[in-house]
Amino acid sequence: MVMFTLRRFLQLIPVFFGATLLVYFLVFATPGDPIAALSGGKPMAPAVEAALRAQYNLDQPFWVQYGLYLKNLVTLNLGQTFSGQEVSAVIARAYPVTARLAIMALAFEAIFGVFFGVIAGLRKGKLFDSTVLVASLIVIAVPTFVLGFVLQLVVGVQLGWARPTVSGAAPWNELILPALVLGLVSLAYVIRLTRASISENMNADYVRTATAKGLSRRRVVVVHILRNSLIPVVTFLGADLGALMGGAIVTEGIFNVPGVGNLLYQAILKGESATVVAVVSLLVIVFVVANLVVDLLYAWLDPRIRYV
Amino acid sequence: MSENLTPETEPAQPVAPAARQGKTSSRVIEHFVAPLEDTPLAAVDKVDNTAAPLSLWADAWRNLRKQPLFIISALLIVLVVVVAGFPQWFASVDPTSCDLANSAEGARAGHPLGFTLQGCDVYSRMIYGTRASLTVGVLTTIGVLVIGGTMGALAGYYGGWLDAILARLGDIFFALPLILGAIVINQLPAFRDNRSVWTVVVALVLFGWPQIARITRGAVLENRNADFVTASKALGLSRFSALVRHVIPNSLAPIIVVASISLGTFIVAEATLSFLGLGLPGSVMSWGNDISAAQPQVRNNPGVLLWPALALSITVLSFIMLGDALRDALDPKARKR
Amino acid sequence: MNSAASRNADTPLLEIRDLAITFSTQNGPVNAVRNAHLTIMPGETVAIVGESGSGKSTTALAAIGLLPSNGRVSGGQIIFDGEDITNVSEKRIIELRGNSIGMVPQDPMSNLNPVWKIGFQVKETLKANGLDGANSKERVAEVLAEAGLPDAANRAKQYPHEFSGGMRQRALIAIGLACRPRLLIADEPTSALDVTVQRQILDHLDRMTTELGTAVLLITHDLGLAAERAEKVVVMYKGQVVESGPALEILRNPQHPYTQRLVNSAPSLASRRLKSSKVTQAPAEAVSVAEPAPSSAPAEGRKPAGKGENLIEVRNLTKVFKLRGALGKGTDFKAVDDVSFNVKRGTTMAIVGESGSGKSTVAQMALSLLSPTEGSILFDGVEVNTLKSKALFDFRRRVQPIFQDPYGSLDPMFNIYRTIEEPLKIHKIGDSKSREKRVRELLDQVSMPAATMHRFPNELSGGQRQRIAIARALALNPDVIICDEAVSALDVLVQAQVLNLLTDLQAELGLTYLFITHDLAVVRQIADDVCVMQKGRIVETATTDEVFSNPRQKYTQDLLGAIPGATLLV
Repeated sequence: MVMFTLRRFLQLIPVFFGATLLVYFLVFATPGDPIAALSGGKPMAPAVEAALRAQYNLDQPFWVQYGLYLKNLVTLNLGQTFSGQEVSAVIARAYPVTARLAIMALAFEAIFGVFFGVIAGLRKGKLFDSTVLVASLIVIAVPTFVLGFVLQLVVGVQLGWARPTVSGAAPWNELILPALVLGLVSLAYVIRLTRASISENMNADYVRTATAKGLSRRRVVVVHILRNSLIPVVTFLGADLGALMGGAIVTEGIFNVPGVGNLLYQAILKGESATVVAVVSLLVIVFVVANLVVDLLYAWLDPRIRYV
Repeated sequence: MSENLTPETEPAQPVAPAARQGKTSSRVIEHFVAPLEDTPLAAVDKVDNTAAPLSLWADAWRNLRKQPLFIISALLIVLVVVVAGFPQWFASVDPTSCDLANSAEGARAGHPLGFTLQGCDVYSRMIYGTRASLTVGVLTTIGVLVIGGTMGALAGYYGGWLDAILARLGDIFFALPLILGAIVINQLPAFRDNRSVWTVVVALVLFGWPQIARITRGAVLENRNADFVTASKALGLSRFSALVRHVIPNSLAPIIVVASISLGTFIVAEATLSFLGLGLPGSVMSWGNDISAAQPQVRNNPGVLLWPALALSITVLSFIMLGDALRDALDPKARKR
Repeated sequence: MNSAASRNADTPLLEIRDLAITFSTQNGPVNAVRNAHLTIMPGETVAIVGESGSGKSTTALAAIGLLPSNGRVSGGQIIFDGEDITNVSEKRIIELRGNSIGMVPQDPMSNLNPVWKIGFQVKETLKANGLDGANSKERVAEVLAEAGLPDAANRAKQYPHEFSGGMRQRALIAIGLACRPRLLIADEPTSALDVTVQRQILDHLDRMTTELGTAVLLITHDLGLAAERAEKVVVMYKGQVVESGPALEILRNPQHPYTQRLVNSAPSLASRRLKSSKVTQAPAEAVSVAEPAPSSAPAEGRKPAGKGENLIEVRNLTKVFKLRGALGKGTDFKAVDDVSFNVKRGTTMAIVGESGSGKSTVAQMALSLLSPTEGSILFDGVEVNTLKSKALFDFRRRVQPIFQDPYGSLDPMFNIYRTIEEPLKIHKIGDSKSREKRVRELLDQVSMPAATMHRFPNELSGGQRQRIAIARALALNPDVIICDEAVSALDVLVQAQVLNLLTDLQAELGLTYLFITHDLAVVRQIADDVCVMQKGRIVETATTDEVFSNPRQKYTQDLLGAIPGATLLV
């Protein structure tokens, strides 16, 4: 297990470097003057421009720039926004909000997704199954931003059950609706994955053998079908945490949640490259770490993996 | 393991293998023989020539035809394609001739869905917006199939260092979710200043290919050691020809399924980008742009937002349903023998 | 248990009367079993014999209420110990499972849940049947030890994937017998295992059920095995019981024509090499069940000369695989170790061994699909390993393979015509017209109707696919065909048919066969010479007759002894 953890960890290193390099390259080394972009295309004083070039090490060769950027990333020296705030401080404020939102969305999709998926899988072909399946298809097909608007309009404005937009502190209860919207598409995927996994496992030989042993139906389902079927679901959920944080950009926009997604969106509109790179790098890190956790979880759940 | 015999060869005494007796019972067991008429003896392994020959694709097609999911999605897709190709057949009003006098007016004769804030006909814009969404979806899918399919097939078939490098590369691009990656790309000056269908397609392909690559790689891996591939190599077929002639055709089923579903998700992605103002330029009529434009007045005039959203959702739904129907029809487990 | 058994000694433990089972499928209801009947007395072993699709497993599964969800008992009765359990409640059947009727399934690899420890899976069996006391841990170890698992207490803490196939089957036997059922349903309990392991497991199962007085319903495709292990044999064909009676009597005096066919074809019961019916008149024992093939064109006269000389010479062949270990630490695995043998032109050389013996690796190298680490293979005097592209291409024309899995060896996307035409196309032989003529000719040679060529592999049975594979292999007029377990996946009768076909083709075309198999019984039917391989090495090489009459190595003797029913017909 220790070796396994170590190996997986080592495998992540190139991914981390590759992804940050990619982001950095995309933002700072593509045609077009990043400094001009920094100022939003407005003319600026030569002194300011020189200072900015020095700040982003644009006077250096690319590899040096990237190295310095990595060093800054590790030391959390992420530069400043146009309004002079430390990017790290801005992220530190927004990050917990998004984390809260993503965790709620994750809990939501895990609980409801597994519940509906298991029942649909066990009753494959029955009315409940067909209904859930069609509903999940519709949820996947309707874009998140449309779902967001509709729910905001119906639940927030017309029914008045929740605040249509989130207040500054973004407390847990106000995040319920945005979390629902954020998790809805993944919820549909979790349902479909669980269902497929359950119905596949129901036909496994070992399930028949377990039945032949004289186990009750309930025990066969819980001990032999559920555990095996949930392995792929758990891994999906883990990997989804990273995706949810990245996907929060739309949801946070609609509900005006002061999170990382909103921060990124505003930064993009204003052309604040420093913030963009910092936030995206952060999301990459979250994604990569979440995947590591998933791998370990997978190994823990499935004894066959550990020894490979 | 432990019950295996020792590897050392043991020279044995030259004795014949011990004769084993069958079991005999002390009970009287009746010897029953069924009359031959009950089960007439058929020739061993006779070829059944009754049914018409059927290829796997024909078989899948026969399956598909019976599936309501397929019929509905196929009809919808045909409709969407025709609308995208010939919008003028469906809407007589010019979607760009907007009259502020009609701003946010309700439905009336000739304008069944009312007007936008700018006084444009909602129905007409919905019809004419089809083309952009479908173009982005189709072009992106072709793009990811070419790049992802090639990468995945080569990695899966040749394995080794090529596989290792392509797998890492895929992981790197995977680390940036599709929308996030496309947003980052689209905010680049080079993209932001030249926005068109192509920039959106390039951005989506760049971050959309790893998924197809993974699926292709898996499918190719499953087939590359199949006996029929080995057999064709033993016949003298070169390694690459075996890939093209035998491995890839047999790997297509899961790729087609994922491609169909991806087409739907790419349309959603385009709409999302346009909605965020980072997708298609305002000059291109698209559902995403219209939804974005309708956003401020969603509370007073939700129809302006909901109609293009509905068109978008139905288009996406039909591709996803098609993928589902194809998955059922092409499922290798179901068609095994 | 024993007292209970003797009390009811005269009433049947299980009685199946006029059983009918129907499956609802896409194409309407299918009657899988009709009018099946059998009786098992307490403590008795009864075997159901039949080929795949004969309804033998379905009948047995119905007795324990485990029919697939689309199947149902549509007629007749199943009576267990005087109680009609045909349509009994779910609750009652759960009560019966485990402690009254146990089961040992077929495939040990897929029948244990991979995510639970072996001990857990045994323990839950005891628990479900109310047999877990305070000392359940000891009981689990005891049960496993009884099934012949060494070091049972520690083994119970392991997961299924840490067990070999034989050990898993022992664990499954332990589970099946853990609650001392009065009836054990053993569904092909050993057909997925190596022959020597197979015999050990069957011996052990025999001993245990005799000691415990358990009645056994043994399901098998092998008549020899059935006759050896059961008092009573029930032969099923197309969902019906065609014959049943005392095992030895069925074997020695089969009445129903189907049973006669089975007895005649069972490789384990055959006693000599098949002779081509086309060259010499078939002796009475060597039965040819092939569909009568129309007389085909006489073999081209390019090969018969020089029969007896060595066509393939294998010298000190060694193959080492690098196994990947943790963090790049690779270990070497010698799959083939210093193997030498000769194959004479026009004869059949069999390589026999169990899984992991390296026999298939030898075949791959002989096909030049894998390059040896050391040693050489001479084909017609030329070193195969160093052949360059053009020469290799020509070599491919002369050496062709046939593989084991009839479902994997034909490209499902190619119809039969394209499949058989492919070699001609690759080697640019003839135009489309002459190629079509050749395909027809080849189909005829393997006794397939010409109309088959428009069909696709998924429309053919396993045996038919294997015949197509033979036709493809013959397309280029090869000198050598390498059969890698070519008949192992086929039903007995179909297997006999394919073996006969191969024998006929050899006589007709002067082919040389390198025949890779795990089954010594088949070897006797087809081979002139045998190499016995074990763990990468050849332990014995001799003529087939010599190996069977006078095996010199212990391992060869074990393999021979493992052929079920080998001595019953004498």
